[in-house]
Amino acid sequence: MSNHATVTVSDTQDAINLTHVVKRFKKKRHEYSTALNSVSLQLRRGEVFGILGPNGSGKSTLVRVISTLIIPDGGDVRVFGLDVVQNPREVQRHINRVSVEASFFKKLSSMENLIYGAKLYGVTDRESKPMIKAILSDIGFDYKRVNEPMEHLSRGMQQKIALARALLTSPMLMLLDEPTTGLDPRSKKDVQRLVRKIHDEHDSSILLCTHDMDEAEELCDRIGIMVNGNIIALDTPQALKERYQQDGQLPSLEDAFMAATGQSMEEIETAELQRQENEKEKAGVS
Amino acid sequence: MQHTLARPAKPGWLRELIAVWGFAQRNYFLTKRYFWWDFVWLVYSIGNALSIGFIGVAAQQGAGSGKDFTTFLLIGTLIWSYLSMIFDILSETVSWERWEGTIEYTFMSPASRATHLLGTSLYAVVYGIVRMVVMLGIISLFFDLHLSNANYLAALVVLIICSFSLVGFGMVTAVMPLLSPEKGQQVTMIFGAALLLVSGIYYPISVLPGWMQVLAKVSPVYYALEGIRDAMLDGKGVMSLWTDIWPLLIMGVIFPPLGIWIFRQGERFAKKTGRLKRSG
Ligand SMILES: Nc1ncnc2c1ncn2[C@@H]1O[C@H](COP(=O)(O)OP(=O)(O)O)[C@@H](O)[C@H]1O
Ligand SMILES: [Mg+2]
Repeated sequence: MSNHATVTVSDTQDAINLTHVVKRFKKKRHEYSTALNSVSLQLRRGEVFGILGPNGSGKSTLVRVISTLIIPDGGDVRVFGLDVVQNPREVQRHINRVSVEASFFKKLSSMENLIYGAKLYGVTDRESKPMIKAILSDIGFDYKRVNEPMEHLSRGMQQKIALARALLTSPMLMLLDEPTTGLDPRSKKDVQRLVRKIHDEHDSSILLCTHDMDEAEELCDRIGIMVNGNIIALDTPQALKERYQQDGQLPSLEDAFMAATGQSMEEIETAELQRQENEKEKAGVS
Repeated sequence: MQHTLARPAKPGWLRELIAVWGFAQRNYFLTKRYFWWDFVWLVYSIGNALSIGFIGVAAQQGAGSGKDFTTFLLIGTLIWSYLSMIFDILSETVSWERWEGTIEYTFMSPASRATHLLGTSLYAVVYGIVRMVVMLGIISLFFDLHLSNANYLAALVVLIICSFSLVGFGMVTAVMPLLSPEKGQQVTMIFGAALLLVSGIYYPISVLPGWMQVLAKVSPVYYALEGIRDAMLDGKGVMSLWTDIWPLLIMGVIFPPLGIWIFRQGERFAKKTGRLKRSG
């Protein structure tokens, strides 16, 4: 593919290959929380892979490890065959990310944010401007508002700009960390439609973290269910449902999730919140 | 029966007095909570007061020995406003992007850290010089500046060479918020105040106590001021400013790469401990 023999992506490699990835964060002295507990998974080329898990299960940590923002404590992280810790720069060229909060310079306009973002990937204004126009009209973003400060835009519009920012750099791997959480139903549908389109037209591989069952089922080829830093089940949505079917009835993904984890998503999240509260109370006592 | 009404009523003045105590006490609680910030402000204010004192000493000693003290002071102010701006822009690179929430996107882009910091510096230098020219223009309307001899080109050369060192300092302080968000800013402020105090911005360093004069000799700002004043007041050219230029060249070659290296260490530490950003 290229003449830099040792550090280039190869066509035959999986988009992501994680083996026994571990990440712990220090809380206090001698006290750690485990965000990733020996996570292994393969994301094939062109696949849309969903990570379905409640808040605090480690989804964002996983995305950060893959996007070179967090260095793992152990295990092997490869993107298109490249070791993320050894070759961060090369990996960075081929990935981009959209996260829950649309992270922009809020006083700057969408256009200013976008041409800046593109330049960090070596894309000039001459190259990016026509692309921006095309992408935005495609997303249904009102181009007249492209020069308004971003703080004036709705969350849904900001999230569209976040997707455009990622698309401008033509990433081979897209990391989407709860891109629709907190959006109104309409924007949510728009963003989901766009994700499908990116996959169909740009042939990107996509990692989609979500705690929305319908979104996962609708968009993903395969789903990994993540709880407490572990992937406890990994398969196609259909196979996951079949695995937990009872008396010939195919359960919903939600029921399959419950069968796999023994709890509903809400119950796990409530328990996690409770745990954090308890921790604060204990800290006060000691 | 209502208890509140049964209680002996306090006179109005006493209730006001208790409230006065309430406000005072609340602010004392806050000072205690923000002890280190108050400490930093104290150090900063002491630095400012000291420099005003040293200006007084310099004035009494007839600073600039026959040269115009007003021009001497104003050159110092201009240079410092430029250099401290370079330092501030660089040292805020991380804390600002963290506040905006863009830091992760910058750090996951394939642009190298050297590129990131040099791009930021390029802007700071160009913007700073334009701003300084505007300031000089407006200030000269108010005062009869003695700049008829001034060698602007030589002054600009010295200023630009000195910028490299300040860029290096800025890089080091920039990374500190990644290690400790609060302490980072505090160290930056104290460092800035110390630089202001020892470098002889408003007075010749001969008015300083001996140990401060030693510190001045390792401050790039000191050499910049010496060189620029000679160029602006006496019209000296680049060649005759060599004694000020060579220390600046050495520091300018050492500090930026050192700054980038320290920045990278801090970045790596932040990526290991998850301090780049927390949320989401
Ligand atoms: N930078 C960090 N520093 C300390 N703890 C963290 C950090 N990031 C995540 N955690 C902890 O790791 C766990 C997983 O968090 P996260 O990856 O954000 O989960 P999710 O994205 O699924 O909500 C949580 O317990 C969280 O508190
Ligand atoms: Mg998350």
